[in-house]
Amino acid sequence: MTQPTVSERSAPPDQTPEKRGMMRTVLRHRLFWPAAVLVLLLVGNVFFTPSFFSIRLQDGHLYGSLIDILRASTPLILVGLGMTLVIATGGIDLSVGSVMAIAGAVACLRISDLPDPNSVGGVLAAVGFALLLALVLGLWNGLLVAVGGIQPIIATLILMVAGRGLAQLITDGQIINVRSDPYRVIGAGYVLTVPVSVIIAGLFVAAAALLVRRSALGLLLESVGGSPAASRLAGIQARTLILTVYVFAALCAGIAGLIFSSNVSSADGNNTGNLIELDAILAVVIGGTALTGGRFSIAGTVLGAVIINTLNITVYTVGIPSNVTLLFKAVVVVVLCLLQSPSFRAWASGVKRLLPTPSRAGGAA
Amino acid sequence: MGQPVPVLEMTGIGKTFPGVVALDDVDFRLLPGEVHALMGENGAGKSTLIKVLTGVYSNDAGEVRLAGEPVRFTGPLQAQRAGVSTVYQEVNLCPNLSVAENIFIGREPRRFGKIQWSRMRKRSAELLRRLDLDIDVSAPLSTYSLAVQQMVAIARAVDVSVKVLVLDEPTSSLDTSEVDQLFRVIRRLSDDGVAILFVSHFLDQVYEIADRMTVLRNGRRIGEYRTAELPQMDLVSKMIGKELETLEQLEERTGRTHDRARDAPVVIQAEGLGRVGAIEPFDLTIHEGEVVGLAGLLGSGRTELARLLFGADRADHGGVQIGGRPVTLRGPRTAMRHRIAFSSENRRAEGLVEDLSVRENIVLALQASRGWLRPISRRRQEELADKYIKALHIRPADPERPVRNLSGGNQQKVLLARWLITEPRLLIVDEPTRGIDVGAKAEIQRLLAELSGGGMAVLFISAELEEVLRVSHTVAVLRDRRLIQQIDNDADLDADRVMQAIASGGQPA
Repeated sequence: MTQPTVSERSAPPDQTPEKRGMMRTVLRHRLFWPAAVLVLLLVGNVFFTPSFFSIRLQDGHLYGSLIDILRASTPLILVGLGMTLVIATGGIDLSVGSVMAIAGAVACLRISDLPDPNSVGGVLAAVGFALLLALVLGLWNGLLVAVGGIQPIIATLILMVAGRGLAQLITDGQIINVRSDPYRVIGAGYVLTVPVSVIIAGLFVAAAALLVRRSALGLLLESVGGSPAASRLAGIQARTLILTVYVFAALCAGIAGLIFSSNVSSADGNNTGNLIELDAILAVVIGGTALTGGRFSIAGTVLGAVIINTLNITVYTVGIPSNVTLLFKAVVVVVLCLLQSPSFRAWASGVKRLLPTPSRAGGAA
Repeated sequence: MGQPVPVLEMTGIGKTFPGVVALDDVDFRLLPGEVHALMGENGAGKSTLIKVLTGVYSNDAGEVRLAGEPVRFTGPLQAQRAGVSTVYQEVNLCPNLSVAENIFIGREPRRFGKIQWSRMRKRSAELLRRLDLDIDVSAPLSTYSLAVQQMVAIARAVDVSVKVLVLDEPTSSLDTSEVDQLFRVIRRLSDDGVAILFVSHFLDQVYEIADRMTVLRNGRRIGEYRTAELPQMDLVSKMIGKELETLEQLEERTGRTHDRARDAPVVIQAEGLGRVGAIEPFDLTIHEGEVVGLAGLLGSGRTELARLLFGADRADHGGVQIGGRPVTLRGPRTAMRHRIAFSSENRRAEGLVEDLSVRENIVLALQASRGWLRPISRRRQEELADKYIKALHIRPADPERPVRNLSGGNQQKVLLARWLITEPRLLIVDEPTRGIDVGAKAEIQRLLAELSGGGMAVLFISAELEEVLRVSHTVAVLRDRRLIQQIDNDADLDADRVMQAIASGGQPA
């Protein structure tokens, strides 16, 4: 997760060629623009909230706007992580929001049925059951896509719609409130001053990144997404790979659902994870993974998820009226996507070339 | 000098890509009504020059004049409106649309905003008849052969008042009679005064059709010649910039070595193997160190036969024995476990993963056979990539470059490298030399000869009969999806005899 620093952009114009080469690699790095936009948003916040960057210790917990952003980002980071791998294979998973809702609902229902909602063992069993159910739902998606040969957008649309119904069935159309301290730890607890949800998401992302890049999984996924026909003839078993990523995406969504419901100590089958699939797809795209499959970047998705949540918070701190909030988000996203689009860049550099420049002789080498 | 005025004149064209000078001060001119061949190895700058001409790239230096007027196209559409049309190597049409729709897509005849379907069909039929083609224009394009699709692409290109027609490797997927048909069309167009820029790797075809030629090498123009005044051998040495002896040495080394594979152990034996609609049941035995060449016209079942041996398609008849034991080829993975490798003719769609780097493409098959839990270490990957980049002269020698950016010949070498590192006992290569230049072609032929010398069995497929004869120990002749004859490639086997076998359907003459 190499994030380019901003200081290099404001370097003086008379640089050595070596420095210029370095700057170019930084500028060309595919995470440069997302990182730059994030930094810009954060810095912009300071003008409205001077204490924006301050982090203080209170009751043994870290407090501050940055911590808030990270905490708020965890469900989206997890869902985005699963979505990244699914999109890398050329697929898409629309059902993640419903899986979140189901996982939260099942966990809360089980806990509310416990004789003692504060028993750690009981809560662990409920959490385990919810995640198991998420795995089964992922398997369903995976089987439809990999074995049934149904287009991913349709296959996962089924669970997106049916899953909402299932979640409401589980909660009986009500919002289930639970009072369970062990369960609350997942979404709202702290360990060694750090929010537990951030630790969970961090560990999960790190483990996934390590697994994908240290094993050959990443290469094989990118190959399947890049060219299914060529991958088959190279002996890659696309079916199991595709099955695996849908199961993994559902697991991620399940954990995200637990974090979400634990944070508010309730389960709402109707609204939990509503439209999060769109934010997750957006995070993946902002992170530089193409929807057509192939090359993917987990770090990019994490960055994208943080950007989206920073935007949400910025809207409040800057005091943008709530009725133009969505427009503001849209503008930032459009700018970011344009900055990353190769054809827009080509057009922009074409415009730059038309402007008078002092000398063009430097480029020859 | 009393010469006719060129319809197209390009002077001092220069084009630089990051790190590469693609074109350097290139002049090129095209006279009305001539067929002009643009010659050069892969990477010589032919494609770049064409792309500058058609507005895909903008040139850094130089000037393009069309009928005397300086022009600067910003895209193919603008070029086409000005009378410069291009037909690319890969047919750029929509197979699911009808022939007529393909010809008129983007410029459908309309009245009050409504498409005039009947007029469109009528005009399409007329256009095609001009090209000697009488087909149902309302049928989907995919129902016709590649050759017909190519004609449709040409019909689309010549419809607008065309002055210059660029044909980029138009014959690479056509068989002999289809090439003749295409050449008739080309001659007719040039009689009508259309200037034709023709690019092909087939020297014989260039000599048959072209009036003049321009040779490029390493982005520079070597010269402009009349075809009749430049012997083939001189042309080749101008293209590769080496004396011919080197090339002949290459050819000699790939020369046949007879009588050596006969008693070697059998690698694979197919008995009555077949698949309905693809190829009729056939028997075929391949020994260690033997090169079996498949000869036959396009569509005779060469590729289909190879795909059955690799399990890329399931056979519905017969069986296969590998190393003496019966094996059911369920898919590529089964075949790979028995160390069979298959390099597809369709290297862009079924061979390489274009987004991935050279290194990643090279290790892909080996990694797939090991499974994702046993990754090849990054260091080992780099060693393998470096070794094969050197051994096969892959250019540019950069393992991290996306394969998309390599030329056709180098892509083919990457694909071969992918399979060679799996150390196969049987290597199936389908059209490994199609669309690549003379030098790379000789290298690949030599490589195959070396590999078979080392004991590898090779099934070699090529549309070029001469090449099949040069490389193979045994030639298996196919016709109409049937394996009709297997001939030992001894001293008195030549292209004529194989053609006879194809023509007579395998009956002894």
